[in-house]
Amino acid sequence: MNAPVTQESQDRYTVLDRPPWRLRDALLRWEVILVILLVLTVVVNSLVSDVFLDVYNLADATSNFSEMAIIALAMALLILVRDIDLSVAAIVALASMSIGYAAAAGWSPAMLFVVGIGVGLLCGAFNGALVTWFRLPSIVVTIGTMSLFRGLTQVILGDQALTKYPQPFLDLGQNYFIQMTETSVPWLFVPPVPLSFLIFLILAVVFGIVLHTTAVGRKLFAIGSNPIAARFSGIPVDRLRFFLFVLSGIMSGLAGALLTARLGSMRSNIAIGWELDIVTMVILGGVSIAGGVGSILGVFLAVLVLGLVRFGMSINNIPGQVVSVYIGALLIAVISIPRIFEKLRGWRAGR
Amino acid sequence: MTTTTRRNLFKLAGGAAFVAAAPAILTMPVRAAGNRRIAMIVKNLGNSYFDACANGAKQAAGEIGGIDIIYTASAKPTAEDQIAVIDAQIAQKVDGIIVSANDADALVPVGKKAAQRGIKVMSFDSAIAPAGRLVHLSASSTPLIGAKQVQMIAKTLGGKGEVAILSAASTMTNQNSWIEAMKEEWKKPEYKDMPLVATVYGDDQDDKSYREMQGLIKSHPNLKGVISPTTIGIRSGAKAIVDGDLVGKVFITGLGLPSEMKDYVLKGACDTFAIWNPVEYGYSSTFIMNDILNGKPTSEGSKLSMGKKGETTVGKDGECIMGEPFVFDKSNVEEFAKIF
Repeated sequence: MNAPVTQESQDRYTVLDRPPWRLRDALLRWEVILVILLVLTVVVNSLVSDVFLDVYNLADATSNFSEMAIIALAMALLILVRDIDLSVAAIVALASMSIGYAAAAGWSPAMLFVVGIGVGLLCGAFNGALVTWFRLPSIVVTIGTMSLFRGLTQVILGDQALTKYPQPFLDLGQNYFIQMTETSVPWLFVPPVPLSFLIFLILAVVFGIVLHTTAVGRKLFAIGSNPIAARFSGIPVDRLRFFLFVLSGIMSGLAGALLTARLGSMRSNIAIGWELDIVTMVILGGVSIAGGVGSILGVFLAVLVLGLVRFGMSINNIPGQVVSVYIGALLIAVISIPRIFEKLRGWRAGR
Repeated sequence: MTTTTRRNLFKLAGGAAFVAAAPAILTMPVRAAGNRRIAMIVKNLGNSYFDACANGAKQAAGEIGGIDIIYTASAKPTAEDQIAVIDAQIAQKVDGIIVSANDADALVPVGKKAAQRGIKVMSFDSAIAPAGRLVHLSASSTPLIGAKQVQMIAKTLGGKGEVAILSAASTMTNQNSWIEAMKEEWKKPEYKDMPLVATVYGDDQDDKSYREMQGLIKSHPNLKGVISPTTIGIRSGAKAIVDGDLVGKVFITGLGLPSEMKDYVLKGACDTFAIWNPVEYGYSSTFIMNDILNGKPTSEGSKLSMGKKGETTVGKDGECIMGEPFVFDKSNVEEFAKIF
């Protein structure tokens, strides 16, 4: 496998800290598969439907998955370090309910966001404490807190809905944050962007920079690759894991605030089942459930692929269950590609 | 080896991409050009009640002509999933949307957005708040539901004999308002030989309703009929009649589901019962939507067509009423038991 390295980089006085760039490696990257998928999704959908490539339709489509995508960023980091948070959707519900009561008490829109994020932070800290102090597996802890948080909202709300919110708060979720602006050039324009999608874009950049260019990011990869070795290298493993659970709670609280503003109404079944959609985004994004492998770019691309596939199928009136079946099949197909590829290579090499 | 593996990778990626695209290719929309499209969006899929509504809508579309019905829903009955489905219909620029809402208030913004883009929105079965739609079609109204039940038992008994009411809990708003409406109907002279002797409450539990029914029969030896304005009460009461060997002596009527009441109707414990007919519900909604698309006004007092079901008058806040509950008996209960 030691392919010859090109002459320039093989200066005898240069120590290589990363392998030289090769086309084959680039093509093998998970992100490239996702880009191919994304391009195909867009091409096929725009061939099949003449309404797919409409800026307003696409803006509406993004608003239907952006809240989930925001949580997926934090979930990616958790899965990267071999943890998982299945209580995210329940945290959304609890945060949303708190916002509903705060709004009924007359709090300002900014304070409603603070309430949502604060409740999320507390829930995340609770998860993190159980996982790191009591050394419980995160999947067990968060299955428990999923029932606990969701159960709380169900007990408190019953079949009631919270429907009183200040209008400026609702406008944040229901209007485009950036308005459509056309210029004299027909193809040059500023598309309408919902607030939730804008926040997702900004957060994706921040998460990408932190994970891929900072020491903290390297530490997360180290923990994911081998937590014991990471601990012996002096990395504060538990402190970082605790922080990631808090982060996941904060993102869920933020998503809860955005979703509440978009809906203008809150019931105890809000965001139900989101945890699995979010985990699907992360896994399709190439983050290994075994830890230590993954990129924010991959998650970002997977979010777009899933969101546009869902939207494309629904504008062709394909029923929701069929969409679920298809997304499941897509996930399995895409995940197995590298494995099939490895097997093929092993088989060829063996022969 | 490098080239082989690369080619394999491309093949695999290409295969995956084809898999990704397949559903879209398979379902190229087939629609007649120029047809109006009406989307019927219900609470969730896999619900035979709503399937029956959609069949009614398709019937109406067939009678009107030039209308395609798109019947769809989200997999989960939540507001946010329903909004995504409505967004997709707005994206397709359908002409009208008929919704059974998962949340009255959460659908207001998306309803307003549809209106801004020239799409007419109405609700049926479960309403969107008035700001988010033009009209809402209710299956029936309190006076009609109350009156119908008294009329049904009077027909069964020939207007003679003691009658009691077996209700749900005494705190249930719906049942209490229907009982009030029944008493209003009862004031008419044709019911003078059919006195109301008791009202009991089974709390919408099968065992309690069953015992209350037995108690009624014991304490009122001349009891001929029972009205139960709740699906649980009527099925438990009917069971008590069959188990007590009282078929032909005591009859029950009220609001029930065909699938649950079929056996009791065939055995004779229940002569007739009522509830709204989902096929007619979808049918009427589609006719109303057609009128709206033809530019008929939807202000209070306007009249909208419901096809064979006649006309409805728009009330306050765009509320419309389809009509009196639909009556089921031996002749049709088996057919509807398959639906809901």
